[in-house]
Amino acid sequence: MPGLGASFGRGGATNFLEDLSNSDCIVIEGSNMAECHPVGFQWVSEAKARGAKIVHIDPRFTRTSAIADLHVPLRMGTDIAFLGGLIKYVLDNDLYFKDYVVAYTNASALVNEEFADTEDLDGLFSGFDAENRMYDDSSWQYDPEEPNHSGAEQPAEAAEQERTDDHPDVKKTDRAQAAGSGGPTIPAKPRRDETLQHPRSVFQILKRHYARYTPEMVSEVCGIEPEVFLQVAKWVTDNSNRDRTTAWVYSVGWTQHSVGAQYIRTCSILQTLLGNIGRPGGGIMALRGHASIQGSTDIPTLYNLLPGYLPMPHAMQHATLDEYVADAAGKAGFWGNKRAYMTSLLKAWWGDAATAENDFAFDYLPKINGDHSSYRTIADMIEGKVSGYFLVGENPSVGHPNGRMNRFGLANLDWMVVRDLQMIESATFWKEGPEHETGELAPETIGTEVFFMPAATHVEKEGTFTQTQRVLQWRHKAVEPPNDARSDLWFYYHLGRMLRERLADSTDPRDRPLLDLTWDYPVHGETQDPDAEAVLREINGVGPDGRALNSYMQMKDDGSTSGGCWIYTGVYADEVNQAARRVPAKQMGLAGSEWGWAWPLNRRMLYNRASADPAGKPWSERKKYVWWDEDAGEWTGSDVPDFEKNKRPDYVPPDGAKAQDALAGTDPFVMQGDGKAWLFAPAGVVDGPLPTHYEPVESVVENALYPIQANPTVERIPGPWNRENPSRSEVFPFQVTTYRLTEHHTAGGMSRTLPYLSELQPEFFVEVSPELARLRGLSNGEYATLVSARTAIEAKVLVTERMRPIRLRGGQVVHQIGMPYHWSYAGISTGDSANDLLGIALDPNTHIQEDKVSTADIIPGRRPRGPAMLDLVEDYRRRAGVQSGRVGVNGRDPVEADAGEGSNL
Amino acid sequence: MSRDCGAKHRTEDGRRVGSLGAVVAPDGGAGGNMIRVKTWLDSWPVYRQLTGSDPFGRGKAARSKATEATVSRTATADRVLKSVCPFCAVGCAQNVYVKDEKIVQIEGDPDSPINRGRLCPKGSASKQLVTSPTRVTTVKYRRPYGTEWEDLDLDTAMEMIADRVLEARRKGWQEEDGGKRVNRTMGIASLGGATLDNEENYLMKKLYSALGAIQIENQARI
Repeated sequence: MPGLGASFGRGGATNFLEDLSNSDCIVIEGSNMAECHPVGFQWVSEAKARGAKIVHIDPRFTRTSAIADLHVPLRMGTDIAFLGGLIKYVLDNDLYFKDYVVAYTNASALVNEEFADTEDLDGLFSGFDAENRMYDDSSWQYDPEEPNHSGAEQPAEAAEQERTDDHPDVKKTDRAQAAGSGGPTIPAKPRRDETLQHPRSVFQILKRHYARYTPEMVSEVCGIEPEVFLQVAKWVTDNSNRDRTTAWVYSVGWTQHSVGAQYIRTCSILQTLLGNIGRPGGGIMALRGHASIQGSTDIPTLYNLLPGYLPMPHAMQHATLDEYVADAAGKAGFWGNKRAYMTSLLKAWWGDAATAENDFAFDYLPKINGDHSSYRTIADMIEGKVSGYFLVGENPSVGHPNGRMNRFGLANLDWMVVRDLQMIESATFWKEGPEHETGELAPETIGTEVFFMPAATHVEKEGTFTQTQRVLQWRHKAVEPPNDARSDLWFYYHLGRMLRERLADSTDPRDRPLLDLTWDYPVHGETQDPDAEAVLREINGVGPDGRALNSYMQMKDDGSTSGGCWIYTGVYADEVNQAARRVPAKQMGLAGSEWGWAWPLNRRMLYNRASADPAGKPWSERKKYVWWDEDAGEWTGSDVPDFEKNKRPDYVPPDGAKAQDALAGTDPFVMQGDGKAWLFAPAGVVDGPLPTHYEPVESVVENALYPIQANPTVERIPGPWNRENPSRSEVFPFQVTTYRLTEHHTAGGMSRTLPYLSELQPEFFVEVSPELARLRGLSNGEYATLVSARTAIEAKVLVTERMRPIRLRGGQVVHQIGMPYHWSYAGISTGDSANDLLGIALDPNTHIQEDKVSTADIIPGRRPRGPAMLDLVEDYRRRAGVQSGRVGVNGRDPVEADAGEGSNL
Repeated sequence: MSRDCGAKHRTEDGRRVGSLGAVVAPDGGAGGNMIRVKTWLDSWPVYRQLTGSDPFGRGKAARSKATEATVSRTATADRVLKSVCPFCAVGCAQNVYVKDEKIVQIEGDPDSPINRGRLCPKGSASKQLVTSPTRVTTVKYRRPYGTEWEDLDLDTAMEMIADRVLEARRKGWQEEDGGKRVNRTMGIASLGGATLDNEENYLMKKLYSALGAIQIENQARI
């Protein structure tokens, strides 16, 4: 999300799946779309049938590659080098879309004199704090315009915030993610040089930064032939101009890296230079992996966010509502209305108890002051710091990397509640699992009390999912759930009701937030199921007249409006559940504007004002989408304009203008403080304003570009249960990636338990090349054991040319192994769990783990049983120079801290 | 209805059907002999092929009475509900067919502009999420250091959970941290899957925040 959010202002796919059929070229990278999003892939097939070029860039040959015109088997973990090479190619050959770049991007912005690039500092940007391993981004800022001109007055609170912004505790809290809908805040609009020649212009900085990303360098780093790179470059640039557009498609093959947000940033830079954002057949299609991943960040159950990408209040910065909104006060763009969005949220939650006198109950919100993300919390559990845990449709014992660490976390709780359809591994960890085989866990030592609460399926409850292109679709309830099964809505509503009843007589101020909470939802039927439409209406928001709001632009900061998630305002416009709309496709245009409802304000393609030139005319007849109608005095076209409907293209903001009024008629990126797409990110990305190639944390290859091997700001969670394989280790000589199969879903709770799907994909396997099979003596259909510093697992071997060894220029051969990660010991189809092999190292922007590339050894035969397994892994650790990973009862402190040979730990 | 063409069974209106699909005359009397011969001939596909409009036997001629009598579950359903596939994020629209308060079939919704009626293997199998033989539909409880699951009724389980939430909240409460007001509890953590509805995520975040719980996470981080 920060990758897209910091580039364009919103952390959502810019286009929609159907629009891929308008593309002249589609590059699928970091995704096996044909197998993992098979029904969405029909739109790629549609484009191909119309003559589009399809390129698949992926270490593995898959069914996506089989359909593509070209498969580029790059070495895993090298996408930034490849995309950086394309950026250089575009700049060197003057193939960027000049009119678009000058008008709609920050290419002409001037950057602070203090800024120094990785090319000047051997792989580091200016502002690196070596002790805390993080950046102070003050030297990355724009060279500001005269403050008066931008309309950005600086309240005292904002000045104070800038001083605390770079405090380590603040940086850790994932400020970047808060750019999900509202770009990162910048102090002021920049000075500009529209000739793009100024040495401190973003354009020239970009040129210097990627100067060494030549086809030869790409070839050396990625392990592909320069001709293959040039073929991709030619297709992409031939199909990116006024008349033609190229789309990029990615999924977790990009996000799950130690530099994941930067992968997406690199693509954003390239697509912006090519003028492909906000135009039909262009864009960046982020394919989410679960039914409502997009919804789960829009209305987040995430520690650092409130609904609508409002940040959770931070203890060091946000003691009052004034301080909370200070960074947006007086700023340009729609984020300038942050106070109205926040006040409406507080009114939705605390109703009459939220008044202007008490800061709209802002102080009721708990504050964060560090990393409280999922893996950090697991480590805290092992240390006994967490009492209770709710698992709601999630199976971390299988679905998270380092399942072993996760299981040790669960074993040290007081109690946990598991809400699921099936008896998943995370519910049975106390009686079964790999650590029971090795003797590290036993029921007699585990005090965790477990409540298994059966859940309702998707057809046994009503509500909305937000799918990959930001469309909310309402599901109707078809039948009642059986026996004790209930929806999660039921569970939380009634739990909240019971807690409030228990505390009804409390005079403790700590209980006020709970007692003053608006919690009176209508209930239906025998089970007293709460009304999901009433919740959706609260999310939408209500005006002073008691009617549902139609737009977030109606929200006020005086407490007269409410709304639980401002970006979803409009989903209940005109008192109608717009998400339930089902106008047949044949009766609508391609944008499908009356099928469900898309945030924001039913705009299906984001930034679509950029589909017209600065004067408001379509760039070409072939690619017309949204344009200015002078006679009607409004923007029109085949979608809802992602722009103020009546703002003229020649509008120039007057001095002192604020919020959206401070954006010009040529500023399509309406959530950004300067209205522009960001080639260079002066804020919002914690590990650098420009993406740069680092090797993965666990790599067998030396970084060819810089002496710095891996992302210098990577986040680690060290412990005996999370040992790291050293880079370039002969003991762990092979690269490993994980992936999904068409017939299974994530941790398997929804697929290994279904007879049909278990029959289609009955067992765990790993893919290896014939060369690696020969090297290690592996046979097709026989077992192999994979070993890392975490543990060892076994799988059937699939020897296939779909996996290819990569030959690097210096003669080094990199072998790559593919592992689907769906299995574990429960369900109908069982096997070892691929995720147990992986460690946890995190992207510092997102706290997402690098599980798309790691290292391991592979040997023929089954893994040892019982305590012998621990000996095997300890032996590997010793040989690799890794500290011991032996643990005490329930995974507590290490039994012995014997460092391996050559260890510097 | 059995798909085995050789088996004797009944048509929708209850008449018995012979082994080749001919309807057995109800009276069985001698007066029906000619009719019976004609019916018997008609029931023979080769005869229909030679005398009818389907000489290649690819259409009408090849259809037996049993086939004619077979009706899809989608046709006999009591009602159809609009839904969305719960697996990946493409958001394929589904038609859910219900008969006698049971899900009898789930198919892609042809009206959807996104999936145009299509479903992948997972979406096509989604009925089994409801009917899976291993689905657990009653509360199970494991006491501390226990070795087996125990049964527990839903109301008791809810009361016990409510007790534990308040206790964990109290135990992990922090009024301040590092000299700054935080008014929160570190005693409760939560991890949700991304098949949660927006409305569910909303109530979760709202309730947890009111309780002061902040370690609230989701698959979306993963």
